[in-house]
Amino acid sequence: MSVMVLMGSLELGLIYAIMALGVFISFRTLNMPDLSVDGSFVLGAAVSVVMSLNGHPFLGLGAAFIAGCGAGAITALLHTKLKIQPLLAGILTMLALYSVNLKVMGGRANIPLINKITVFSPFEEILRDYNKLGFSLAVLLLILFLLFLFLKTRLGFVLRATGDNDAMVRALGVNTDSIILVGLALSNGLVGVAGALIAQSQSFVDVGMGIGMVVIGLASVIIGEVVFGVSSLLRRLMAVILGSILYRLIIAFALELGMPPTDLKLVSAVIVAIAMAMPVFKKRLSVVKRKMSKTPHERSK
Amino acid sequence: MLRVESLSKIFSKGSTNEKLALRDVNLSLGEGEFVTIIGGNGAGKSTLMNCISGVYEIDNGRITLDSTDITFEPEYKRSRHIGRVFQDPLRGTAHDMTIEENLSIAFAKGKSVGLQAGVSKKDINLFKERLQLLDLGLENRLKHKVGLLSGGQRQALTLLMATIIKPRLLLLDEHTAALDPTIARKVLSLTRKIVSEENLCTLMITHNMKASLEYGTRTIMMHEGQIMMDLQGQERKDMTVDRLIEQFEKRSGAELDNDRMLLG
Repeated sequence: MSVMVLMGSLELGLIYAIMALGVFISFRTLNMPDLSVDGSFVLGAAVSVVMSLNGHPFLGLGAAFIAGCGAGAITALLHTKLKIQPLLAGILTMLALYSVNLKVMGGRANIPLINKITVFSPFEEILRDYNKLGFSLAVLLLILFLLFLFLKTRLGFVLRATGDNDAMVRALGVNTDSIILVGLALSNGLVGVAGALIAQSQSFVDVGMGIGMVVIGLASVIIGEVVFGVSSLLRRLMAVILGSILYRLIIAFALELGMPPTDLKLVSAVIVAIAMAMPVFKKRLSVVKRKMSKTPHERSK
Repeated sequence: MLRVESLSKIFSKGSTNEKLALRDVNLSLGEGEFVTIIGGNGAGKSTLMNCISGVYEIDNGRITLDSTDITFEPEYKRSRHIGRVFQDPLRGTAHDMTIEENLSIAFAKGKSVGLQAGVSKKDINLFKERLQLLDLGLENRLKHKVGLLSGGQRQALTLLMATIIKPRLLLLDEHTAALDPTIARKVLSLTRKIVSEENLCTLMITHNMKASLEYGTRTIMMHEGQIMMDLQGQERKDMTVDRLIEQFEKRSGAELDNDRMLLG
């Protein structure tokens, strides 16, 4: 693998880590599978590109966060107020966002962002070729820091407890509906920021760029957990980031091997399926081991 | 002070499985009264508790707590004045969080939930003090995850969490039923200690007839969604388990079929 490819993977890994942190909040902290991610990713990208075209790239990043929060809030309301299952609520939001995203993009399926000022432009002089990497890293570290602090506040505690045991949280006088709202909004807000940075980095937004994002986010979370552990909160968050980078390296490796880029979604799905099935594999393996160790004993009888 | 007036609860209303779980229940608890509830399976004990705590919406009646009508308040709002311990030790605590984090959430009951620090130094000293009362050595394990604790330890912790902000009413739903006898006795005596020290208005469901007479100041027996017997004062003091069973069979016209209740 060339240095170019490694740097590219690292850069993408850092940006997608922001999305993975969002997915971590919904899947792990709230224990809710939220599929609106596929839509809110593009929403963030679309909002940010449109804002950049109008000369406000940094404002666009903030707007992408807020737009993502809005999308997450809709999913949360569908689930908590209308009692729609979390999976379906997410799918509904994702579907609706497809139309919304096209509206944001003025009816076009693809908007290029060439020769416009992006969020990376101001750093070109200082960081040269590393401007994208440097700025993405800075945004990621800021988000990591704020998220870590947030999860240590009273609201953060209650958010974590809601995913763990919502009956307990209600028994302690907190409205879990509003906690789910905050959690999903925050989660999708981060996903929106990641979408915005990806669009800025690749200089275009495409209405189909969100397909499979939730799976990629989940893959990062799980790879991180398996490889780097879950012993403390900070470690868990770091593991998500490292998982995202590792995932990009795996993909880059697959491409190096000559796999066509169109097969990547298949690879992602297989990675997540294997990672999710780990507990089953481990159990089977231990049963097989016990059987094997039992045989000589029985023979001696 | 709790007041339940003509409370009715029907499950699966309108279907063939319709079940009248509570029929016209009236119950009134005075300041600091500690009531134990006994009854067979399906008698409506847990349903009564879930109606009071707001888990179930009721079909008829009124519930008042300290002269506030809470009949239509959502569960989480009532919980600010009601402490609860469930039968399942897993339900009362967040297993992936530490002891001090769990206690902090409990200690924030009724306060605003915002971006203030989750745990403060000042609170930790108070937590240690309270945990010492449990006599389980938990005061030295504040940073341990609750998932590492035994069922009994978790129930004791839940009891502490339910009462760390003094509730107007404490609801205990067979909170020792899933524990082994030794630790169950310990949690029960702890319950008695906390209830009497804080002078808490308490409802405790138990499957153990002996415990129902031994603990608390009043015992009610439920059968088929109604309160069948209400023992207090001298009548309760003179009551024995054998006579309680005899009374039950006479009044209900049914035989007591619950081995768990008899053997407990």
